[in-house]
Amino acid sequence: MTTLVHTPARTGLSAIRVEAVPVLIFLVLALVPIAAAFGPETYWLGLFTRVMVFAIAALALDFICGYGGLVSFGHAAFVGIGAYAVGILGAHGVTDLLISLPVALGVSALFAFLTGTVCLRTKSVYFIMITLAFGQMIYFVAGSLAPYGGDDGLTVRARSTLLGLPLFANDRVFYYIVLGSLLGSYMLCRAFVVSRFGRVFRGARENATRIATIGYDVFRYQRIAYVIAGAIGGLSGFLLANATEFVSPAYMSWQRSGELIIMVLFGGIGTLHGAIVGAAAYLLLEDTLAGVTEHWKLIFGPMLVLIVLFARGGLLGLGESLRRKLFPGRSDP
Amino acid sequence: MTEPVLRLEGLRKNFGGLVVTDDVSLDIKPGELHAIIGPNGAGKTTLINQISGLLDPTAGRIFLNGADVTALPANKRAELGLARSFQITSVLPRFSALENVALAVQARAGSSYRFIGRADGEAALNADAMAALKEVSLADRADVMAAHLSHGEKRALELAIALAMQPKLLLLDEPMAGTGHEEGERLVGVLQRLKGRFAMLLVEHDMNAVFALADRISVLTYGRILASGPPAEVRADPKVVTAYLGEELE
Ligand SMILES: Nc1ncnc2c1ncn2[C@@H]1O[C@H](COP(=O)(O)OP(=O)(O)OP(=O)(O)O)[C@@H](O)[C@H]1O
Ligand SMILES: [Mg+2]
Repeated sequence: MTTLVHTPARTGLSAIRVEAVPVLIFLVLALVPIAAAFGPETYWLGLFTRVMVFAIAALALDFICGYGGLVSFGHAAFVGIGAYAVGILGAHGVTDLLISLPVALGVSALFAFLTGTVCLRTKSVYFIMITLAFGQMIYFVAGSLAPYGGDDGLTVRARSTLLGLPLFANDRVFYYIVLGSLLGSYMLCRAFVVSRFGRVFRGARENATRIATIGYDVFRYQRIAYVIAGAIGGLSGFLLANATEFVSPAYMSWQRSGELIIMVLFGGIGTLHGAIVGAAAYLLLEDTLAGVTEHWKLIFGPMLVLIVLFARGGLLGLGESLRRKLFPGRSDP
Repeated sequence: MTEPVLRLEGLRKNFGGLVVTDDVSLDIKPGELHAIIGPNGAGKTTLINQISGLLDPTAGRIFLNGADVTALPANKRAELGLARSFQITSVLPRFSALENVALAVQARAGSSYRFIGRADGEAALNADAMAALKEVSLADRADVMAAHLSHGEKRALELAIALAMQPKLLLLDEPMAGTGHEEGERLVGVLQRLKGRFAMLLVEHDMNAVFALADRISVLTYGRILASGPPAEVRADPKVVTAYLGEELE
């Protein structure tokens, strides 16, 4: 499952491992706009932008959940905060991303720090419940913001700009900016996971008592990871508000948090790129099924449950066991 | 007079109405190996948990090298040079043996708040970890995932993790528990070699091991120290013989 980290020790340049699956994923994402030009372009660009935006949030969740065992049921809160930063600042005429992006990241990181300080004192089911509670809290706070649309949300009048330049205005350019953000978040999380910090963080999931008795303050490491995941969630929200040009409390409902967990499980937990596959599969399936029948949830729900239950490694795990059946001799990478 | 590495003063622990540590006081001098023996349920593990900071005592005080650590969490005590092994093997199952130990090396080798650069590629950490594995004859199993080690190997790994911390005081909770005769002998050999390098508190049921290794022995029954002294003295103590040793030495 955790292909990234249980490889034998390596040094120097060979430490930069090139893996086929993530390369393929990013290659496909980079080619989408070209393929989209041959079809309903706006639709495809919009759909895949959405996929990548949620993939960013999902991979941040996988970072704390798949590597640290911190199953957060309130991760959508960070997405919502990032989105509201764009919405609220925009309502006051502030559209420059040099302001809105740091605010989106900063406020979601601060929220992660404060709630993490409380949540991380608890374990397992209690952690799930209390992250859920904080998520619902911020959901209701957003719904009560009457000047900013309350439950109805508010329209983002203009996408973010950079020093007055309408950088996000073109859908294609915006697509590649989101892709760059996804790649950046992915590379960062990968680096964190195998770093000194990440090794302690992963160790704490395996055996927190052991980690404490060799001299690490488990709580501090977990809180830092939680803040990182929160900030990346905020980035996702910042991009989401720009993609939809709309923000609403629904962005941080518990259903959204649940969807993020499902995306992570769906793609393959503890791999990071699995979260991207999961987000893509989830949103594309949802989109396809919704086009076929209005009762799509009746098909979608059980399907998710089956995959999560029976393909333990998610879609990536399924792919891997298929590959092994087809090419039994080869044991790379 | 040299300062004791560990000093317990009137330590007491109640679980509800049950008194599991009952007014325990003891000193361990630098380099000394102090064994604690006693029947099942005497409160040996509970005592070690209080010393290492995993359990708060109900009353009493704990000093490490003269500093009162009673209120410090486990990680802070580890920083001050306290290492321990667990009666029930406590390793990181999905980490390799080498990485289990390297993580302990890392704890005292500069900051662990480093977010970039592969930790498992750090040669200095790996070299020290390998040295600790060699001490317990586990070097050839360095790349094996801890979950896949045999029980005896896991016991050795526990010891290697503790050694890698370069402790001033090592608490060993039944290091031989569940190992075969041969593995047990090997562990005794390892402890024999380590003796004197740092102070040790050894809880062990294997009386041959205890009498071979200990400088001092304390006998714990119902949470209370029944007798404490050099091995020969304790062995001859009639109270001890009736309470505990009689059955064990048969
Ligand atoms: N968390 C707890 N809550 C209540 N009682 C406990 C707890 N931990 C231990 N005890 C009780 O305290 C007593 C001492 O337990 P402890 O594990 O310290 O004994 P021990 O001397 O290590 O025994 P053994 O030789 O079997 O390892 C036992 O009666 C045990 O049931
Ligand atoms: Mg015990």
